[in-house]
Amino acid sequence: MNGSPYTQSANNSVRITMIKVLVALIPGIAAHAWFFGPGIWVSLIVCSLIAIFYESLALVMRGYPQKPFLSDGSVIVTAWLFALSVPTLAPIWLYAVGLLFAVLVAKHLYGGLGQNPFNPAMVGYAVLIVSFPTYMTQWPAPLQLATHMPSLANAVDMVFAGSGSISIDAYTLATPLDTLKTLGRAGQSGTEIFNQPIFGLIAGKGGEWVAAAYLLGGLLLLGNRVFTWHVPIAYLASVALTATLVQAIDPSQHANAWFHLFSGGVMLGAFFIATDPVSGSTTPLGKLIFAGVAGFITVMIRDYGGYPDGVAFSILLMNIAAPFIDTYTQPRVFGHAKGGKVGK
Amino acid sequence: MRAIHPFHGGVHLAEHKTESTGTAIGWMSLLPRYVVPLSQHIGQPAIPVVKPGDRVLRGQMIGRPTGTISTAVHAPTSGIVSAVEMHPVAHPSGLTGLCVVIESDGADRAVEMSGIDWRNLDPAEVQAHVRDLGLAGLGGAVFPSAIKLQRGNAARIPTLILNGSECEPWITCDDMLMRERADATLRGAAMMRHLLGADTVLVGIEDNKPQAIAAMTEAARQAPFPVEIVAVPTLYPSGGAKQLTRLLTGLDNPTGKLSTEIGVQVFNVGTAYSMYRALELGEPMISRVVTVTGHVPRPGNFEARIGTPLRDLLAAAGGDLPGTTGHIIGGPMMGFDLDDARAPVVKAVNCIIAKRVEQFPPAAPAMPCIRCGQCAQACPAELQPFELYWYAKAKDFEKTRRYNLFDCIECGCCSYVCPSHIPLVDYYRFAKSEIRAHELDAQASQAARERHDFRTFRLEREKREKAEKLAQKATTRLDSGAVAEDDPAAAKKKAILQAAIERAAKAKVATTPQNTDNLSPTVQREIDAIEARRQAAPDDAAATGRQPTEAP
Repeated sequence: MNGSPYTQSANNSVRITMIKVLVALIPGIAAHAWFFGPGIWVSLIVCSLIAIFYESLALVMRGYPQKPFLSDGSVIVTAWLFALSVPTLAPIWLYAVGLLFAVLVAKHLYGGLGQNPFNPAMVGYAVLIVSFPTYMTQWPAPLQLATHMPSLANAVDMVFAGSGSISIDAYTLATPLDTLKTLGRAGQSGTEIFNQPIFGLIAGKGGEWVAAAYLLGGLLLLGNRVFTWHVPIAYLASVALTATLVQAIDPSQHANAWFHLFSGGVMLGAFFIATDPVSGSTTPLGKLIFAGVAGFITVMIRDYGGYPDGVAFSILLMNIAAPFIDTYTQPRVFGHAKGGKVGK
Repeated sequence: MRAIHPFHGGVHLAEHKTESTGTAIGWMSLLPRYVVPLSQHIGQPAIPVVKPGDRVLRGQMIGRPTGTISTAVHAPTSGIVSAVEMHPVAHPSGLTGLCVVIESDGADRAVEMSGIDWRNLDPAEVQAHVRDLGLAGLGGAVFPSAIKLQRGNAARIPTLILNGSECEPWITCDDMLMRERADATLRGAAMMRHLLGADTVLVGIEDNKPQAIAAMTEAARQAPFPVEIVAVPTLYPSGGAKQLTRLLTGLDNPTGKLSTEIGVQVFNVGTAYSMYRALELGEPMISRVVTVTGHVPRPGNFEARIGTPLRDLLAAAGGDLPGTTGHIIGGPMMGFDLDDARAPVVKAVNCIIAKRVEQFPPAAPAMPCIRCGQCAQACPAELQPFELYWYAKAKDFEKTRRYNLFDCIECGCCSYVCPSHIPLVDYYRFAKSEIRAHELDAQASQAARERHDFRTFRLEREKREKAEKLAQKATTRLDSGAVAEDDPAAAKKKAILQAAIERAAKAKVATTPQNTDNLSPTVQREIDAIEARRQAAPDDAAATGRQPTEAP
């Protein structure tokens, strides 16, 4: 069957959408490279190649054609989001394990593009943080605090050989979220904690600018109508609101809303991960609920949970709920009295 | 200025209107042969009232309407009926349809036509007239116009909307009609207004047709009744009846209901023009304006007689240019591929587009749906097209129905915007036809079940009656003392008979009376005759659930 319409909008394809997402990530990547060293380029390239390998392998095993599916760009987006979520300059096997779960398990075992109930990059991240927590805390120190900023050559060395000419302590540093968690547990007061050198203007040194760059890229996508405003706005608003409430209850131990918004993965999550249409909610009201609850869980994990950041887990948890949320939040159809649950 | 109430979604399309608006509506020379399908409208096909060899005149009825939803069909010129046969027709299915083939005699003599006094005649009489003159909606749905002129249970229909939106790309027949025949179109509107009892008359025209708006505004200024010409923003599908109603009145047509329930009736401008021709001049619907555009040397609009073979219509525009890859009937968003150019112009054909590959490239290969929701943002029915696609593909038709598949107007916006190039509307058409087929099946099996139940009941009854009769006879014999009391064998027999009588009596009590009991002899004879035929009929009649038909 090949009926009407006989015309389709030009410049609109899965590949173009994915390329837009990749382009929108570039400001954040550039800021990352500026503040944390050029190693991020190495991990991006390595992760992309590993992910392409897995994708190609999966396509062979599933009997799918290589060209249309490799060139849709979706696996590169997964690889980049994964690379930006895990510590730069980690050994290559760590990337290989994480992406194995991201691409082969979370994506292809569930039926490939468009069928995955969970965000693949976040599954990869979650597997690693549960299985290899030590490696997952070794983030590079920002420019202003690093005793030795790894060069590109150092980075290649570290990724492929697992060690380099410089010691790990020379270039890594506990992240602001880690610092907050460990010092908070040690009983230090908020003032003492936020006087640590890792903290910058409103969040972590360097990290706050990377977050700002993600915000910029995300707004570009929003302006380009790659997604609607519902998810990022609801997510950020919920993070800010929850953080403010928690801080109001106990100001000594908890950071304010600005800190939460501009540290860790919140900006990346708000615009690039929670907006994943495949694994998220699709109705307008559903998107608000999905992202609103995710924002709440994010801050709850950060402030009360065992992990320094909660972006990945909050989104994965809400991925589970997305089909259910959609079922109950169907918008009103033209000519119908009201929307709501399907089949009422 | 009337407030415009935007509808959800819609898409901006490349218009391609100017190609065919450069020249006035052209007239075609008389052709040697016309092929007039008997089913050109929604509803029951017209019944042919001519046979091969008959002479017909232009405007003579050749197919009479039958049933509630139907309208007449007329000869487009004078000549001789050469055949009443199956012939290729312009239909998405590509199937043939019953047509009356007329060989022109060249004289083009008409039947006597005269208008009627529609202002003073009984509305029912006017409606019958409209039906006999073969009027059907020219916007594309070809619903018999006579029915749309009825007020139903309402005292009157307050709002009449003329649809001059013409939102599909390439098509310009309504645009040109309004430019050239604005006055007559509004005269037709006056008749509709009178019959519906409307006080508000609105004409919605997309703002990419400034000349049509100007012509209609001028005609409206001189019209003897209030009529508002409203420019609506150019956004496909503003010409959908429900979308235009929303734009002009802010009212949503409730799902599954007629627009008259919200006091609105919508007619295409072309239908209004035909209404004028019919009631004022007595002319049946034997021609319409058709756009011929695309890959032809002289694209334009033509007043084409119904029954004009489409290849002759294309020839009027210079014929297909080299490199033509096919033809679309209607617009590129909702039209369909023409299989056979011998198919004739019918009341539904508003446009034929000769395709070339640069303008109509083959569809890009479909990729998986990524649930991006662009379809939902574009959908004017406010559906979730990706969910419908998901369930239609899985053949979970119950779910497609729950996601309101039948509110889909098949406008094509979702397919147009889909980044994965999925032919979404094809999936919806498939799901709808499957559901309809399933419903027909269910009806047929219900009918079969009822027949089976009746048959079982009848056999039971016959058995019982036989038993009763036998018992009666036996009792009579026993009572007459034909059997000696002391005969053990006879006593046993008697006991058995007694038991049978009791059983029969019990059964009679247990069986509630049916409407087949106490039948008059005539009815019973009829039933018996039917039963006899049924017994004689092959078994497959029952298996396929067909109603037993009368013997030929």
